Amino acid sequence: MSRQIRLVVFALSAAAFFVFFVAAARGLPGFGTSHHPYGARAIHAAVAARATANTVSSVNFDQRAFDTLGEEFILFASVIGAVVLLRAEPEEAADSGESPRWRAPRVLAATRLFGYLMLPVTLLVGSYVVLHGQLSPGGGFQGGVVLGSAVHLLYLTGDYAALRAARPMDGYEIAESLGAGTFVLVGLVGLLGGAAFATNMLPYGTLRGLGSGGIVPLLNVAVGVAVGCGMVVLLAQFFRQDLELRVRGARGSAR
Amino acid sequence: MTPLLVAAMLLTCVGAAAVVLVRSPRRQAIVLGIYGLILSVLFVLLGAPDVAMSQLGVGSVLVPLMVLLSLRTTAHTPTRSTSRAERAQPTDDEGRPG
Repeated sequence: MSRQIRLVVFALSAAAFFVFFVAAARGLPGFGTSHHPYGARAIHAAVAARATANTVSSVNFDQRAFDTLGEEFILFASVIGAVVLLRAEPEEAADSGESPRWRAPRVLAATRLFGYLMLPVTLLVGSYVVLHGQLSPGGGFQGGVVLGSAVHLLYLTGDYAALRAARPMDGYEIAESLGAGTFVLVGLVGLLGGAAFATNMLPYGTLRGLGSGGIVPLLNVAVGVAVGCGMVVLLAQFFRQDLELRVRGARGSAR
Repeated sequence: MTPLLVAAMLLTCVGAAAVVLVRSPRRQAIVLGIYGLILSVLFVLLGAPDVAMSQLGVGSVLVPLMVLLSLRTTAHTPTRSTSRAERAQPTDDEGRPG
């Protein structure tokens, strides 16, 4: 297809899209109305009926937990995909010992200090976000991303060897699978009891209490562990491909 | 439609244009981080703090990190189709030899 034909096709499609888009946008309710039929019912179900202060977490992990199951396994499958794509080819071999590529030569002292100081702070903040998902904005996924990136502050301080020491790969892979599996098992318990998937069978507790919401804190922790460990495993494949594997017989990497 | 919301939406447009108009993928990763921050501010102003936290974690931390790592991985890893002589040459950041 020549460039001219492509431009003509684009112009026609864009015109048609514009017409339908404007027509659809004009049928929407006005911006910022106070009429939210689903929102009102969701808030009532979360706060009044299920004692969960964070309505979004209640919808994610309690009222529509089946959708979250799909999202959780999207992440799981993409981590598996990255592991498969970045596996060691037959012509690549891992470096046997510590290689000089593992220490970045030009890291500022301030960056190092910042990395070492912020590591415990970030771990604490990530755990806080995961555990308080049913009370304040946040939850399993957000806290999991914070936890996963906390570990990589070690890499930012320029010390890949420290990151490897803090990251036993088997442990993280097992933890990620356990997190994802816990989600499925908690959901299946409801099914086995004759009710729907992920029926909330734990006591709801008091509103704004730490253990409120029934299965919401449990699923928050499961998702937080799965997401955090999944991120570490995912990024580890990139690091391994770049810093550890090298083509057999090549005299040093192409830098 | 408060003025703050209008300002945030305009900033989002500017950020999106900036991400597209920066041509080098390495620099795009950094601009993506800033754009993620602008988006999460917009989400907070629209009353969606959970989404804003997800956006911050994914758009400002994960995506720039993965873009930079992918660039490094593809710059150094030779493909099967390159000849031995080509593989022996060092490549620069964009993957071009030299």
